[in-house]
Amino acid sequence: MTAHDPALDLTPAPGAAPFGRMVAAQAGAELRAMLRNGEQLLLTLVIPVLLLAGFSLAPLIDVGGGRRVDFLVPGVLALAVMSTAFTGQAIATGFERRYGVLKRLGATPLSRSGLMLAKTTAVVGVEAIQAAVIVVVGLALGWRPQGSFLGAALLVVVGTAAFTGLGLLMAGTLRAEATLAAANLVYLVLLGAGGVVFPLSKFPESVRPVLELLPISALTGGLRSVLAQGAGLPLVPLAVLAVWAVLSLGLVSRTFRWE
Amino acid sequence: MNARRRRAAPSPGRTHLRPGPGGTVPKLVAMDSPAVEIVDLVKRYGGTTAVDGLTLRARRGAVTAVLGPNGAGKTSTVEICEGFRAPDAGTVRVLGLDPATPGLRPRIGVMLQAGGVPPAMRCAEWLRLVARFYAHPLPPQALLDRLGLADHARTPYRRLSGGQQQRLSLAAAVVGRPELVFLDEPTAGLDPQARHACWDLVGELRTAGVSVVLTTHHMDEAERLADHVVIIDRGRVVAEGTPATLTGAERQLRFRARPGLGLEELLNALPTGSAAKESPAGHYIIEGQVGPELLATVTAWCAAEGVTADDLSIERRTLEDVFLELTGRELR
Repeated sequence: MTAHDPALDLTPAPGAAPFGRMVAAQAGAELRAMLRNGEQLLLTLVIPVLLLAGFSLAPLIDVGGGRRVDFLVPGVLALAVMSTAFTGQAIATGFERRYGVLKRLGATPLSRSGLMLAKTTAVVGVEAIQAAVIVVVGLALGWRPQGSFLGAALLVVVGTAAFTGLGLLMAGTLRAEATLAAANLVYLVLLGAGGVVFPLSKFPESVRPVLELLPISALTGGLRSVLAQGAGLPLVPLAVLAVWAVLSLGLVSRTFRWE
Repeated sequence: MNARRRRAAPSPGRTHLRPGPGGTVPKLVAMDSPAVEIVDLVKRYGGTTAVDGLTLRARRGAVTAVLGPNGAGKTSTVEICEGFRAPDAGTVRVLGLDPATPGLRPRIGVMLQAGGVPPAMRCAEWLRLVARFYAHPLPPQALLDRLGLADHARTPYRRLSGGQQQRLSLAAAVVGRPELVFLDEPTAGLDPQARHACWDLVGELRTAGVSVVLTTHHMDEAERLADHVVIIDRGRVVAEGTPATLTGAERQLRFRARPGLGLEELLNALPTGSAAKESPAGHYIIEGQVGPELLATVTAWCAAEGVTADDLSIERRTLEDVFLELTGRELR
């Protein structure tokens, strides 16, 4: 046996760290992982900013009256929330399950609720960075925000819950590769059909009621009515998002497989 | 100085040994329970029975090796103890508790057979993260130094070699200063140097009073590390004991020669109670009172057969021989 390293006292001294410290450590790791991941940054920052700048400057879309940038900023904010809470979380969690990371973390004192809280904290952290960048770019493009910040923040929080639930639902049931493909596909479909850059009024009357029930449409519509039209709390979009959140998170808690 | 600091360090795992107000040592039921106690465990996956009525007990403060070929049910058994899987039948107690008990998590360290680390996570980053989940962790840097990972502290997990990944997983299993460590094939894929570093660490864990349960299909590892060896095959315990009791005091004489020699004549010449067999072809094993007389008988018989005994040696039985005898199959 080699000489003892005085710094390594292996005598048992078990004990969990305080809950807050565990969550903060895991949230920090999740946040670093998200900011380090190039493909994810493309989805979360580059695409939203390009869409905002491109469609604001070039008269490619008819936003049905009003200034293009005032229409676009709320939609792009909603897209940013979806990209992080849904697409990013679905893909990352799918691969964490595949690589046994969720299993290994399950053997530490960090509880499942602690892990969920850490993931949520990291998602909100990335969303804050996204919102800051989008707001700065929007203001530079002449965006004039209306309405209450709190109303918009509430929509973002409930929207984040709904999209996280849907992302985890996908990650918990599909294989990692299938999740990767499906999450990107859903992102593209919802980008096109959720009123992000193309107004829902451009779609046929027959499909519009269905499209309005999509979580992305509820979030873009809600944010637009607050930030572009200065409405108070948009109750219908908020209710739609809340229903998606309750359904998806409820299903996640029943079906999610950690391995 | 270090020793003093060590004694002063808070050690909740042993607080119940500290004398109480009247100088008496308060007795805790949990202390009497074994590190792991499994009775009649059954685990099925679809139509396959992976664990089939397995019973074993791992003592506190000892190294218990679960030895068996691939597919014997080692990993299933360990993962049930770790709380990852639920048994289909039987009872499992870890430190006296149901493996699903959340309070157990801080007290056990786990090394999975593979993976468990995000591929982009840097080596030191992962160990620091895991350390922050515990109240009194080992200093991550010291552990990295000890396991030869200091030069790779900033390397992402996916770019570590297989052996480095194994060592990082081992470091993460012990960083929280657990009472009980589960190591699932800790030295699989390690080069000899890293394997010895791992063995040394397991030895030190034992010296420090940590209970260790490890799985392996290397009999040399089990012989070298374990206080108690449990040999399992097809989901059942086929033998258990200390390496010495399992291999027995008996020695054996081995040699190589041309295959297919008739052993009857040799057996007639040997003292009663001896045994002779050819396994595998061309490898001969003679068991019994191995001494000068037996050696003379064997060499005389070789001369009569007109063969030269190659690589003639007198050895103790190995765990591999025990396994082969019990199951009729090779360990690997």
